[in-house]
Amino acid sequence: MLAVQLAALLDGDPEGAGEALDLVTGFDDALVHGLARLAEERAEALAALAGAFADTPIGGRLAEAAAGVASGSITEDHLTALAGGRAALLGAVHDALLADLDAALGRERAPWSAGPEPEDDEGGPLGGVRSWLRELAITGWRGVDHDLVSAADQVVEALLAVPGRRRLAVLLDGLAAELRASCPIGTMEHLPVRRWADLWTRAVLLSHDAVPSGAPRPAETVSGRLLILGVDVHEHGTAVQFQVHAVLEPTGGGRPRLVRTGVTVAKVDTITGPAVWKLPHRHGALLTALADRRCLDVTDLPLLDSGDLLWDDDRALPGKPADPFTTARLHLAGALAPAVPPLDRVPVRVAEPVLVEDYRVTKDGSFDLGGGVLAVDTERLPACGPLTPKLVAGSTACVGLIRWDGGRWLLQPLAVQAKAKKETVEVATGDWALGPTDPKAVKAEARAGDPVAVLRERAGRLLRK
Amino acid sequence: MIERSPGGGAVREHLSRVRVVPPVQPRKLAKVPFVELADGRLQGVVSSGSDISRVYVSSIAAGTHAYNCSTNNNRPCGGLYGAPCKHLRALAAEAVLQYGPGRVARYLRADVPEGADLIDCLDGAHEPAPAAMVFSRFLRHLAYLEVPDTGVPIPELHWFPASGTVA
Ligand SMILES: [Zn+2]
Repeated sequence: MLAVQLAALLDGDPEGAGEALDLVTGFDDALVHGLARLAEERAEALAALAGAFADTPIGGRLAEAAAGVASGSITEDHLTALAGGRAALLGAVHDALLADLDAALGRERAPWSAGPEPEDDEGGPLGGVRSWLRELAITGWRGVDHDLVSAADQVVEALLAVPGRRRLAVLLDGLAAELRASCPIGTMEHLPVRRWADLWTRAVLLSHDAVPSGAPRPAETVSGRLLILGVDVHEHGTAVQFQVHAVLEPTGGGRPRLVRTGVTVAKVDTITGPAVWKLPHRHGALLTALADRRCLDVTDLPLLDSGDLLWDDDRALPGKPADPFTTARLHLAGALAPAVPPLDRVPVRVAEPVLVEDYRVTKDGSFDLGGGVLAVDTERLPACGPLTPKLVAGSTACVGLIRWDGGRWLLQPLAVQAKAKKETVEVATGDWALGPTDPKAVKAEARAGDPVAVLRERAGRLLRK
Repeated sequence: MIERSPGGGAVREHLSRVRVVPPVQPRKLAKVPFVELADGRLQGVVSSGSDISRVYVSSIAAGTHAYNCSTNNNRPCGGLYGAPCKHLRALAAEAVLQYGPGRVARYLRADVPEGADLIDCLDGAHEPAPAAMVFSRFLRHLAYLEVPDTGVPIPELHWFPASGTVA
């Protein structure tokens, strides 16, 4: 990312984004206090949200939902309509943000074309999910107590047993854990208002009957060389996702494509830090490529319409050494970016790989490129890797993801280059994929023992009694 | 960085990717495989030192500090002689490692002077508590390790960025 590109990106918010976000904020505020006791101004906020869609096909349903909820008729249908309205507003914000980002980076994005319908629907306890979400909305975050949170446990357990409902299960488990840890919420000073409304909205949409749950079917299968840019790690108490950003060079030539791939594993909260890398042990090729900075030769990997490769370690072999900075320099300018499926158009999913160089690190850790200052999100460096805020602050080049949150653009580092004793060293989030390499981290790991092995032993002895 | 930016808490209200649950610290799980602050108690499971297939369920109630320890089959722990047994001491010590002393003391509403052990600062008495429920929560906890991994992308996890453990 060049100074002039950053300057273009920072040059004003997308048109209309402010107004859309104000409507979202009004709705989110209603969820704080609960829909059961809507004060007049919150009823007006719902009406305003509905009003934004007055001239659209969903305008009528939304107006009815806003009026219904204001008069105390809080039905699942009304909530679905309002969640749909909120999601549509944020979808528009997402599209505008991504368009601005693509324009600034000169990145071309493939047009959207839907892949085949997913396999058969797997059902799952959707009624239970919807009634829990309705209770939350009626009660409001301020009124949530232990009993209401605990009611989610059974629902999550049932969802986890249905493979096609993994997304919903992981989402609800994360939300419930936050509500549990925040109880009593009534006395909390600052609630994560936008966040919880995001998660609630998402859950309402994913628990709708019209959203298919079966295994996704690929739009095509691809073969070629996968050049890794870095791994973005997502984690809450009971799940961790290793999302790899890479450039795919198709076999036989053709334009390189930006793709995402990865693995999600279930875990528990005490499996944390570098120990989380023990969980995806089945995926040796992927882990080796990350740890040893090698490319992957892949054969017939399914590619989804979202630009995600469905990872299958049996169809991949670690290949030649490949350095993320070289990959970024060679390919980021020309690779074709994937379209974003409609349901995934949310601002938090914006995570575009970039290479940033020629910056001065400011006092607060931001990168000053001359033409503008890019904030760096050093609180999102995963504890399972060696990348630290100090390394980022001392770096001379960075491969990272451009994200947007709270009204501003941010850089989330995935790998940095730094000068140490005349030599250039590289540190990346995936360096410890086969275990820590830093002596201090090795010692710390030895001290903590192997939590995965301990819990597996306990599970083997106690679970099937 | 974001949490410390101007406006602090107010900014937090408009962030989607903010961390809400403080991270837990890694610890050795061999002796006390399960600890949680839930249902108004510090509760957990302690492996027996002598019989590998036996575990003790130990708990301390918030506020009253009433404590209990029994086997998972609800047989009272032989180590409770008017004071917390070694299992309860281990539970408290491991909870402090996992959550940090401040969070555990706040949850239990305990006054722990600097340098003192949490378990010595509780003034509750032995009171029976349901062991079966805690044990079944432990089994549910272990069951996560049996959930298969998946290559299907989970976009929802973008709301849950991993972050550095706070030393
Ligand atoms: Zn005992």
